[in-house]
Amino acid sequence: MNEPIVKIRGLKKNFGSLQVLKGIDMDIDQGQIFALIGASGSGKSTLLRTINQLEEVTEGEIWFDGELVNQKLPHRQREAHLNRLRQNIGMVFQHFNLFPHLTAIENVTMAPLMLGRVNKAEAIEQAKKLLDKVGLSDRGDYYPSKLSGGQKQRVAIARSLAMNPKLMLFDEVTSALDPELVGEVNRVMKALAEEDMTMIIVTHDLRFAEDVSDHVIFMADGLVVEEGPPSLVFRAPQEDRTKSFLQQVFND
Amino acid sequence: MGLDFSILPAYADILWQGTLWTIALTVLSMVFSLAGGVVFAVLQLSRHAIIRWPVAGFAWLFMGTPLLLQLFLIYFGLVQIGLDLNAFVAGVIALSLHFAVYNSEIIRSAIVAVDKGQYEAARSLGLSQFQAMRKAIVPQAVANVTPALGNMMIALLKESALVSVIGVMELTLSAQRAISDSFRPFEFYIAAGAIYYVLNLGLEQAVRVAERRSAQYR
Repeated sequence: MNEPIVKIRGLKKNFGSLQVLKGIDMDIDQGQIFALIGASGSGKSTLLRTINQLEEVTEGEIWFDGELVNQKLPHRQREAHLNRLRQNIGMVFQHFNLFPHLTAIENVTMAPLMLGRVNKAEAIEQAKKLLDKVGLSDRGDYYPSKLSGGQKQRVAIARSLAMNPKLMLFDEVTSALDPELVGEVNRVMKALAEEDMTMIIVTHDLRFAEDVSDHVIFMADGLVVEEGPPSLVFRAPQEDRTKSFLQQVFND
Repeated sequence: MGLDFSILPAYADILWQGTLWTIALTVLSMVFSLAGGVVFAVLQLSRHAIIRWPVAGFAWLFMGTPLLLQLFLIYFGLVQIGLDLNAFVAGVIALSLHFAVYNSEIIRSAIVAVDKGQYEAARSLGLSQFQAMRKAIVPQAVANVTPALGNMMIALLKESALVSVIGVMELTLSAQRAISDSFRPFEFYIAAGAIYYVLNLGLEQAVRVAERRSAQYR
């Protein structure tokens, strides 16, 4: 049995006196698709953001690809360590965070060029392939302001993929989209899942979570309340809190 | 003795030379003050007080004292510690530093105003703090403040007249030379004023183009 690609042990996170993560353990194997669900404020986004250290943790350990992510290091070494790790961990945000002053293709080529991964011709060729993959081969020269929300989010996914990450983090990526644009983004994620990309998806879209994930984690108040394959968590939840959450969401 | 502008062509040469020096002075100071403004702004946002404080002190000094005094300090004062700058260089330094401090305040607030998500997106791709600043944050910040920086540059062009007092033969001093030769202050001050005005019109056009280009993504 291989070592899991992400291993989290006893993870705690405080914002001031507020404890938002109260001891999380998690193992994610290569190629697995995890869905993190739960009400707003349950800590699922924070958990996701600790994995690439956009949030520092208060206590506990996060391992990625055999390396301790939250090592205590002097500032400069820690920065170098994080920059290297983050190059292998893609992240897609709720509000896209595309660089508005760059065209779609420049958004995609920026990091690989900046980090000296490839030369310009290679970067452009790769970016064209990625934009094609997310169905936007004809939008390369558009600025983000000229793209729809769904298109922006697909460019953002292509931008993350340009670094050839081993893990992709999705932080409520369809929550800010008009309902009719959700499908196009979900389709891109699904295609990615079918290529055996390791993915952690924080989402409120439970139908999508059930459809795409192979492991669901239900969180409440900074703790994992219930987890398992989607067929179990969604169809036969054991915990009362899971049941009431699912009932609330599906009755809406 | 009424106004007689027919005197001007005889002094066209000296006015033309003065105009060229004013342009050189302004353009160089503009470039340095903008570059310096970005550098100071980024330094002021450093996590380390040891970097922030000297820059803040420096900014406070340059905002709190007259440009004329700074000019004297750099041109006459530095000689005492063995730094004998020529007047043009001293003028460029004084104007650059003075306006860099103002520009940095404008740029700093614009950097702070750029959405935090932009920084996070850049860092999540593996860019360093510096790379994220350079490629993601600063270009947006500068685009947001092109109009404000443009106004500073127009002020710089006009303030460059101060450098005449340390003997740089720019437009204002050239006009004075022409006056002391011709005893025609009104005509030459009006002529110099007209030239400043035309230069500023040109500068305004350039600012407008820069504004359009830096914000073309909107």
